[in-house]
Formats: sequence, C-alpha cells, structure tokens
Amino acid sequence: MGKYLLKRLGQTILVMFLVSILVFLLMSFIPGDPVYAMLGEDITPEEYQVAYEQLGLDKPLITRYAGWLGGVFQGDFGVSYQYHVEVEELIASRVTVTLYLAVLSTVIGYPIGILFGMLTAVYRGKKADSILTFIANLCNCLPQFWIGICLMYFLALKSGLLPSYGFTWPWEDFGMHMKQLIMPLICLSIGSIAGVTRQTRSSMLEVIRQDYVRTARSKGLREKKVILIHVMKNGLIPIITMLGNRLAFMVGGSMFVESVFQIPGMGSLFVKAIGGKDIPVVQACVLLTALVSCLAYIVTDLLYMLVDPRISLVESE
Amino acid sequence: MDKLLEVRNIKAQFVTDGNVVNAVDGVSFYLNPGEIIGVVGESGSGKSVTMMSLLQLISSPGRVAGGEVYLENGKDNLLSYPPNGEKMREVRGGKIGMIFQEPMTSLNPVLTVGYQIQETIMLHLGLDKEAARAKAVEMLKLVNIPDAESRFGYYAQQFSGGMRQRIMIAMALAAEPEILIADEATTALDVTTQAQLLEMMQDIAKKTGTSIIIVTHNLGIVAQYAERIYVMYSGHIMEHAGTKALFRRPEHPYTRGLLKAIPRLSDPKGKVLVPIDGLPPNPANRPPYCPFYPRCEYRKERCKEGIPPLRMTEEGHSIACFLSGEELEQREEELSHKLQKETAKKTIKPELCLDIRKVRKYFPVYKGLIRKKIGEVKAIEDITFQVRKGETLGIVGESGCGKTTLARCLMRVYRPDEGEVIFEGTDIARMKDSELISFRPKMQMIFQDPFSSLDPRQTAGSIVGESLKIHHLTKSQEEYEAKVDELFRLVGLSPELRERVPHEFSGGQRQRLGIARALASNPSLIVCDEPISALDVSIQAQIINLLEELQSRLGLTYLFIAHDLAVVKHISDRIMVMYLGRIVEFSDCLDLYEEPLHPYTKALLSAVPDANPDAGRERIPLKGEVPSILKRPAGCPFSDRCNLTEDRCRKETPQLKEVKPGHRVACFLYEQQEDA
Repeated sequence: MGKYLLKRLGQTILVMFLVSILVFLLMSFIPGDPVYAMLGEDITPEEYQVAYEQLGLDKPLITRYAGWLGGVFQGDFGVSYQYHVEVEELIASRVTVTLYLAVLSTVIGYPIGILFGMLTAVYRGKKADSILTFIANLCNCLPQFWIGICLMYFLALKSGLLPSYGFTWPWEDFGMHMKQLIMPLICLSIGSIAGVTRQTRSSMLEVIRQDYVRTARSKGLREKKVILIHVMKNGLIPIITMLGNRLAFMVGGSMFVESVFQIPGMGSLFVKAIGGKDIPVVQACVLLTALVSCLAYIVTDLLYMLVDPRISLVESE
Repeated sequence: MDKLLEVRNIKAQFVTDGNVVNAVDGVSFYLNPGEIIGVVGESGSGKSVTMMSLLQLISSPGRVAGGEVYLENGKDNLLSYPPNGEKMREVRGGKIGMIFQEPMTSLNPVLTVGYQIQETIMLHLGLDKEAARAKAVEMLKLVNIPDAESRFGYYAQQFSGGMRQRIMIAMALAAEPEILIADEATTALDVTTQAQLLEMMQDIAKKTGTSIIIVTHNLGIVAQYAERIYVMYSGHIMEHAGTKALFRRPEHPYTRGLLKAIPRLSDPKGKVLVPIDGLPPNPANRPPYCPFYPRCEYRKERCKEGIPPLRMTEEGHSIACFLSGEELEQREEELSHKLQKETAKKTIKPELCLDIRKVRKYFPVYKGLIRKKIGEVKAIEDITFQVRKGETLGIVGESGCGKTTLARCLMRVYRPDEGEVIFEGTDIARMKDSELISFRPKMQMIFQDPFSSLDPRQTAGSIVGESLKIHHLTKSQEEYEAKVDELFRLVGLSPELRERVPHEFSGGQRQRLGIARALASNPSLIVCDEPISALDVSIQAQIINLLEELQSRLGLTYLFIAHDLAVVKHISDRIMVMYLGRIVEFSDCLDLYEEPLHPYTKALLSAVPDANPDAGRERIPLKGEVPSILKRPAGCPFSDRCNLTEDRCRKETPQLKEVKPGHRVACFLYEQQEDA
C-alpha cells in the first residue's frame, strides 16, 4: 500500500514536470507579444526594452525556464498582466470560491444521483424508471449556460426573487449568500445528478444480472439487503471513477456558470486570463489543474482499494 | 412415503420481442427425504429453469407461468406466494439451498467468503454474529477448506475453482436446509476435483439426512450418484426411472438414443456410436406434438397428435411416449439390424508422422515497470513420443497439465525452448516463420470452442476456403468454388450454406465448419484440441463419427486432446497421460484402461463418472486439487498427492520407461520391480 502510493507519487512528479515544460512553452507559442500584452500597445520603445529585459526575454529559453520553475517552487508565479497583483494571491482568493461551490454541488449531486440511479435500476422498466431516466437524459444534454440563463430569466429578471449575479461569503451577509447561491448551485448540480443517475443505473443493472446476485437471492435475503450489500458495493466502482474525474474538473471551475453569474472563481478568471493573454495566470491555472487532476486520480485509486478487495490484492502481490 | 418436495406441472415462460417461449412446459417431479435424484438434459432442455422456477428465482423477462410446489407434504402451494415475500425467502436458503455452475462468478467478489456464509446463518438460524461466525467456520471445515479459521476473511478470488465450489456448498448448507439443489455444480471442474466434491456432497447428505437434486448434462454423474433420474428434453420430462432401471432398460426413444450415442468408459472398444440425428428444437417454436418427434427413430404418425403425457410402464418407471412397449421393442429390433454398419477401417502405417524428442517450453514471468524476469513457468518439459501415420494419439490430463502448450509447440505457434519436433522427417522446431509456411498446410488444428474460434463477420464459405487462398492451393476461381463445395459436403454440410455467417449455425454445425476449415489445405496431421467438449451430448457422437470417418477416408493422423476419458478411449489408438507438464504414462489404448500403471492414471480413471451404474469400480481418492503449474513439487510432479510417495519421489524425477511392450510409465514403483 505504502509502496504503491510512493510509486504513484513518483509518476505524478514526472507528469507535473512534463506539464510545466508545456505550460512554460505557452509563452513562446501564443501569438502576440507578451510585453504589449502586459503594458498595452501605447508604450515607447525604451519602455518596451525595460519590460523586455525585466521579463528576461533576452535570455535563452532554458535559463528562463529554470528561473521560472525556481519561482514556481517558491510559490512565485509572477505578476498578473491584467490585475497587476501577484498571481498566487489572485488565485488563492479565486480558488476558495470555486472549491466551495464545487464541493457543495458534489455533496448535493452525488447522493441524489446515486439514489435516483438505484431507484431506476431496481424499478427497471417501470414508470418511475422511465420518468427519471428520461429526465436524466434530458438534463444531461442541456448545456449548463442555457439552464443558467433560463433560471436567471425566470427567478431574477421576471420575478426578482433572487439577485441575478455576484457572490458573497456567508460571514459577510448570510441572507445574501444563500440567495446568490441558489441559482449557480442548481446549475452545477443538475448536470452531475443526471450524470451520476445514468452511470449508477447502468452499472447497477450490470451488477444485478451477475451470478453472485442470483446466489444472494437464492439464500433468501431481503431484496433490500441484496441491493444494498451485494449490488451496491460492486455497482459503486464506476461511480468512483466519475468522482475522480469530477474532482479534477472542479478546480478548473465552471467557466459557464461563473461567467453567467459573475462569480469571482477560477473559471471566470481562467476565461479572462486567456482572453487578455495574461500568461502568468494561465500558466498557474493550468499547473494547478494538472496537479489536482493527478492527486484526484491517486485518491480515486485509493478509494478503489477500499471498495474492491481485488485491486488491493493485486497491488500487494 | 411422505414426500419432501413435490412439484406439479410447473411452467416457466420467457417473453422476448413479444414472443412467448415456454422454457419449461409442465414438469412434475418429487423428492423423498434423504434421497439423491438426478435431472439430466442437454442445454436448453429447461432443467435449470425448472429449479429456478420452483424457488421463484427466475427473473425478468422470465416468469413462472403455472404449477404447484409443495414442501414437506404441506398444503401450501409455494408458487402462490409472492417471489420476494417472507415465505419464499424462508424456503430459499432455509429449506432449499442451491449451488450454481460457475464457481468463478457465483460468489460476490467484494465480500469475504466468511461474511457470505455468516449472512445466511444469521438470516435463517437467527444466531448472533459471533455464533454465526463460529458456525460458518465449522461449515468451512465440513467442506474441507484447510485453515478454515483464517480463510474466513478471504475473498473468493483467493481460492481455486474447486475451493470456491466447496465454499458454495458450505454456504448452501449453512442454514441446514433439507434439500440441496446442485445445478451443474461440478461441470466447470477437473475430473478428480469433480469426484471429490460429489463424494463429499454424498457423504454430507448421508450424515445430515439432506436430500440432493443433481442437475446436470452428464449422464455419468447421475449414473454414479443419483438414486432416481428424470430425463428432460425440450422443457418436458421424457422419462423417469430408478437409476439402474434407466440405464439397463431405457424405454423412451430419446433415452435409448442418448445411451447409444455416448461412449462409456465401461464399453468395449470399438462400440459403434449411433448419433441422434438433427438438432434439439428451438424453444421459440416447439411443435404442438412430441418435441422429440423430428429426431425420433421410432416415430409413428400418431405421435403428431399431441404432447404425450408421462405414463407409467412399470412400478417406478414412466415415459412420455405414445408408443407401447411392444412397438418400441419391435422397432428396436429393426434398428439393430440396420445398425450392423462396419466400423470405419483405418490403416496405421509403420512410418512416423511425428517424432517428438525432449521438447521443453518454459514461459518467463515478468514483473514491474522494467519487466524484470522473476521466474519461469515450466509449462512442459522432457516430452518425447512418436505418432505413426494414420494413428490417433489421445492426450489426456487435467487443467494445467500442458496439453494445449504441447499442441502449440507442435504446431509451431510457440517455438519450443529445446528439443526436436520432427514432422514427416523434417525437424521444424527451430525453423523460421518463412520456412514454416510450406509446412503449415500439412498440420491443422480443430479448436474447442466452435462459438469463438470462427470469425463472426466472415461467411462460412470464406472461413473454409481461406487456407486454399493463403497457400495458393487452387489455380482458378472455379476450382476454388468446387473445392469449397466439396469440403462442405465432406463434413456433411450443404454447400448452400456457404453464404451464411457463423451465428446462423448450431454448435455442431460450427464444429463441422471448423473441421472443414482444417481439412481445406489437405493436411496429414490434425490436432484436435477438445473438439467436442463444448457440444451437447446428442451432438458429440455425430462429430466423433465424422472425425473417424474422415480419418479412414483421408488417412489422417490425429492428436486428440481431451479431458473426457470415455471419448478418448473410444477414438484413440494410443494414449498419453500428462500431469503438470510431464508425460506420466504412455500406452496402447486398451492396455491403459485395463491396466493403468501410474498412480495418477489410476486415480484419474477411477474419478471418471461412468454412465453405467452397474460397472463396479474402485474409487481411488486423491488428496488435494491439481496444483498450479507454478507450484510443481520437486522430483515427481505427482509426489505431493500420491499415496505411495517415498523419499526418492520427492528428490528425483522418474523418467518414462517401458514396463511392458508398448506401455511406458514414469514411476519408480515399476523400476524397483525391474531391479528386483
């Protein structure tokens, strides 16, 4: 187990190293001049020269990469071209908002999705299954921003029940926080509820027709026990894979939802940084996403071991 | 006598695409306390569905469509209760325990085996967790799981197939049910393991007074272990009789046909197998009359008047046939005259087809990121034997004995690590692929599984004709077409079927395709790797007869690999017995069956359930299961399971030595005799 973890961490370091090279090369690949991007087009050649040297663009690529990587290790990603503040400060304030929303929507979405998935699987072919599966398929297809705009139109613009945009921390104004939270949260959760429902349904149906479920029934177990003990534990394995993917996805933030509701999270930051050629911010965002992805996959594997003894057996050999 | 279980007129249906398929169509049977009965039938005969139906375990799209089930002379029809209601659940596991065919998939992979047994005990016996645990360990000990206490916390995948099936038995018996249903419980296991398990079940049943229903396709198993037998065909019971009566005087045409079609261990060599022609009816469109009618040799016009009910012919013997005993006997007489068909003559030439010398094949075992070699699997070693032209050499052995590896080495699918493979005078063991091309057409293979060994997207014609093209054996398109048609006819298929794809053929027909494919390049040697073990009993004889007929017509040499010793006895001239990668015995066919010398051969032969309850045979029990080839003991491979092992057997490996003319054995037992 310990050895396995070490091996996976080693792999993560290798991946991160490769990502860092690609991310650094971004600067050279992106069309347009980084100096103009930082200071705007209306600068004198002298100002340009100063900035050029400040950015170290006169030095060879390797030297610049080494310097940049050294900074990154110390938590120094440089200064944002757009906001003119340290990138790490900028991201720290943004990532908390994103994570808060992501965790909340997962905590809401997963249990509901698993519950719906189980219901549809157990009542396969019955009315409950048809209705829920239809809704799940529908929701899975609806683009997030469309749901967002609809919600905003009805709940904010038409009826004025909820504020249409913004984000406030609960300790600043609890009432406002709750009101602003509702629409983005619905938006974020609907997709994951639908996805998890569909995945749980198909994986449960797959497990229900296995021989060992027939064995469990032949023992005379209650159907509830058959489902909760014999089917669930096996059926959850693919759901864990989804959870890993989702964890990785979360940090990047939901660009649509954050943009629609003007929430100061990672997603909206990322979009703006790309649009404004704010390279240090883009680099930091990509690196962070990659790191969290790698860690999420490790967590997924550990969860697998917890649920499926077959995996830990193979690994421990 | 009070019946423990009585099933009356049970029916089960499957609804697919709006069609109703009657998988079980009015089956009635009973079980007395402490009795072991057998239900035999081919695949699709509805035997498993019957058992699932009486427990109401059958799941959508199937359903129980009628019938009555009474337990312990009760007045309650169990089928009148809801499938998952209190009453049914009490019966399931509590009164009737069930074991299924696939030990690999019938246990839950994410729960410990101990938990799965404990669960049953807590549910039905109402014990608390601790007491149930103790009882579960006791059950594991009962089924001879070594080290039961610590194995309680193991998962299914940490056990071998035989061990898993033991655990299944422990689980089914844990709540002390009165009835145990074993649905093909030993089919997937090796012969010696199968015998161990069946005997264990028999012992436990005797000790605890449990009744057993053995459901199987294997006539040998019911002949050896059941007291009464029900023969099923196409959703109906065809015949019901005491075991001895059934095998001595089968009455129903189907049973008569079946017994003439199977080779039995106790049969004299040279018995002519009489296959049952045709195929079992498709359950989706069964005729409204006797389902066996289209294949029946005894049929008369009035058989089409309806489905014959089961009628008693003598005390404890009933058949579902309209014909009277006299009519059947009369027809039997006529048939036996017709039967005097010559056995296919074959000529064995003195020259060698294959000369195998000291062939060895090890497979490296790698591990880790850099694929470091950490060991070797000693698949086969020290293999030396000869095969004469026109001969059939049977190769027998249980799983992991290396028979398939050997076949692949001979065919040069693998390159042997050492030794010579001299095929018609040329050593091909070291040949390069480019040189081998000219030898490939001469050696062909027939595979075990006719369902997966044919490309599902290729037409039958192109499957058969492919090697003609590869090896440029036909000069023109017309010649090619004619040759393919000829091959189809040769194996008894109509050339009109050429444009069909494999899934449109039945299992037996697919195996015919496989044979035609092998014959296309006009080979002199054919390696048959378990060619009939995936086929239904009534079809097997057709294929065996076809193979024999082809051999005598075309002068083929066969290597016949199989685990069914009765079939091997029937078809082989000489037999080679393998165990864990080594040859332990090599002998003329008759000699081997009459006087087996190696302790393993003796045990193996005694483990085969013979479809003849009168053949008195001595059972030689064997310790343990066939070990993994990775754990082959030093010295004689059989040394850790043999009853006669001495110190020397554990240190030295015995070599194959000729004990009598044409009979070689690798055992020190016979060397010592010689010395003395």
